[in-house]
Amino acid sequence: MQIIETGNVAAALGVKLARAQVIAAYPITPQTPLTEKLSEFIESGEMQAEYVPVESEHSALAVCIAASSAGARSFTATSANGLLYMHEQIHWAAGARLPLVMCVVNRGVGAPWTIWNDHQDSISQRDTGWIQIYANDHQQIIDSVIKAFALAEEVMIPVMVCYDGYILSHTHMPFDVPEERLVDEFLPPYLPPYSLDPADPANLNTVTMPDVRPDVRGDTAPGYMEIRYLLHKDMLEAIPAFERVEERFRSVFGRGSNPYIEPYRCEDADYIAVALGSLSYHLRDVVDTLRNEGVRAGVMSVHLYRPFPDELIARALSGCSGVVVFEKALSYGYQGALCSDIKSALYRHTGEPGGRPFVVNYILGLGGREITTPDLLDAMRSSCSPDGGSGDETRWIGLRFS
Amino acid sequence: MNNDSIEIRWHGRGGQGAITAAKIVAKAMFASGYSGVAMVPTFGTERRGAPVFTSLKVSREKIYDLSPTTRPDIVVILDHLLLEEADVTQGLKKGGLIVINTPRAVKNYRFNGSRVAVANVTELSVKAGLPQGMVNSGIIGVFAKASGIIELSALTQAIEEEFVRRKPRENALAARLCYDGTILGGRR
Amino acid sequence: MKQRDYRKKISLSETGPGDAGKTGSWRILRPVIDPQVCIPGRRNAPACYICWLYCPDGVISRTVPPGIDYQYCKGCGICAEECPTKAITMVEESSLLKE
Repeated sequence: MQIIETGNVAAALGVKLARAQVIAAYPITPQTPLTEKLSEFIESGEMQAEYVPVESEHSALAVCIAASSAGARSFTATSANGLLYMHEQIHWAAGARLPLVMCVVNRGVGAPWTIWNDHQDSISQRDTGWIQIYANDHQQIIDSVIKAFALAEEVMIPVMVCYDGYILSHTHMPFDVPEERLVDEFLPPYLPPYSLDPADPANLNTVTMPDVRPDVRGDTAPGYMEIRYLLHKDMLEAIPAFERVEERFRSVFGRGSNPYIEPYRCEDADYIAVALGSLSYHLRDVVDTLRNEGVRAGVMSVHLYRPFPDELIARALSGCSGVVVFEKALSYGYQGALCSDIKSALYRHTGEPGGRPFVVNYILGLGGREITTPDLLDAMRSSCSPDGGSGDETRWIGLRFS
Repeated sequence: MNNDSIEIRWHGRGGQGAITAAKIVAKAMFASGYSGVAMVPTFGTERRGAPVFTSLKVSREKIYDLSPTTRPDIVVILDHLLLEEADVTQGLKKGGLIVINTPRAVKNYRFNGSRVAVANVTELSVKAGLPQGMVNSGIIGVFAKASGIIELSALTQAIEEEFVRRKPRENALAARLCYDGTILGGRR
Repeated sequence: MKQRDYRKKISLSETGPGDAGKTGSWRILRPVIDPQVCIPGRRNAPACYICWLYCPDGVISRTVPPGIDYQYCKGCGICAEECPTKAITMVEESSLLKE
């Protein structure tokens, strides 16, 4: 059924359809309407789940970790400083291999205080061992939430579904709400491979020795490093696993797309813009204008950011002359994280240095600074030429100093 | 690129329901065959009574640019006093339309080359049975009459669905009364 | 995912002796139960079992009288501390060796 609603409602409907059993969250702008909607669903009896009110984001994720350890399908959501307050538990959930799903409604990080959109919050959680998916519109939000549970439970790694605060969370747009019956077919009840059992008690994630140790059964129990290595290996395995999830989604719902990247007019492009989230869709209009001007430009969004599908991304970009990475976050003192990742992928998977496209990086839209089509056009026009890669590598759009 | 898109900017005050009005029009336009609609509220620190605005973009194709509209085809103003407080007609396209809730006559409003439509929505909405100050359903009627881009019946249906538990018939009646009470002018 | 595979990916420690190998050699003091003082021993019936409850390594059995698995007992002394009738004495391992 097609409805017109906000991105937050799309996420809440996805969580409801996925039949999450435990939800614990602490309200923070612009995530608040999402968790309010979920508490309404539970209060009215539309959704059979336990909503645990907590006093902080740290506790919200701790509750989800406990619930998931006990075998419940669990969900939380947050933004910005709330996400950072969870940081210690975010690492914990990944190391404990719990299939949680969390929506991150992207917002800039203080100080100074801001409530508006950028990507610094989720990008700064890149290295925690969570899978990260970025949605470009409301359809991708609701579909990604449902797929996220399937993926998390297949590989036993938690998943963040990230979408732009306000730009998507509060904008009303049409999207299709998948049929409940089909979601049940796609996502059967969660069967945990292991869950806490009072009749057979165990201690989870206690101090783990640097070396391996024999367990009570006389088997060799993994040490810290084995557990961490397997997390990394399974993260990489999540790349093909996501394709299988996408295949299954397509066969049940009759719609689907490339789960990793979303290229637009890239087949013959000389210059390709790359971005995460709704910005990549905004850039489609810019690409259309450039094409009318005779510039062979394209845009590609990265949908799956961690694990990073580096080979696929390098292949998608290897044929062009220049790559223009637009980012709403950066690693202070160097450059945008996505830009570094793309350069690393190109270094490994494309030929000689001379044969590689140049890569330039634009930082924009921090703390909700307006991103205008003319600004994007200017940036692309100045980069889409053979010497477009010369000069500063990291360029800022929209700065206004008097 | 959507060259056939229509961009409508709604100006109101916090609590007046400009966002709800834009949402109702979005739903009605979608139901009338516009597959691309995006109602993009511009958020800040909203307070009751402070000026707020929201952008509504409609098109036959999917909308990819969700930035606030800077070149509106239509500007809808829920309170005429906003004309003195903010540059509400900024960026309005040449030959564009300005819809105003005002008790003043249309001849008082002149914008270079723009069409103007006025109605005393505040008064007509009370006549329809709504409490004083509820103007967001009424202004939709003025918008429908002046723009001619969508049937009034599609809008009143969307109004009744939106206000299903909050005086749906009175809200729909307010839209109809304001539709009939719209005075067109401008373009000089 | 199969439980067998999953258990290799996480840190999971079950109750019972031996999670860190045969730790009996770590002991300096050995807990020795006097069945004449111990409640289950005296009554010749299952009772009390405070020592079983408190043992952090799960090496004490709920038997009459309770038994201690010295292959794994590290000699921490918690059982002796908690025993309500003071039936458990911590004896020096070296003195036992001499015998």
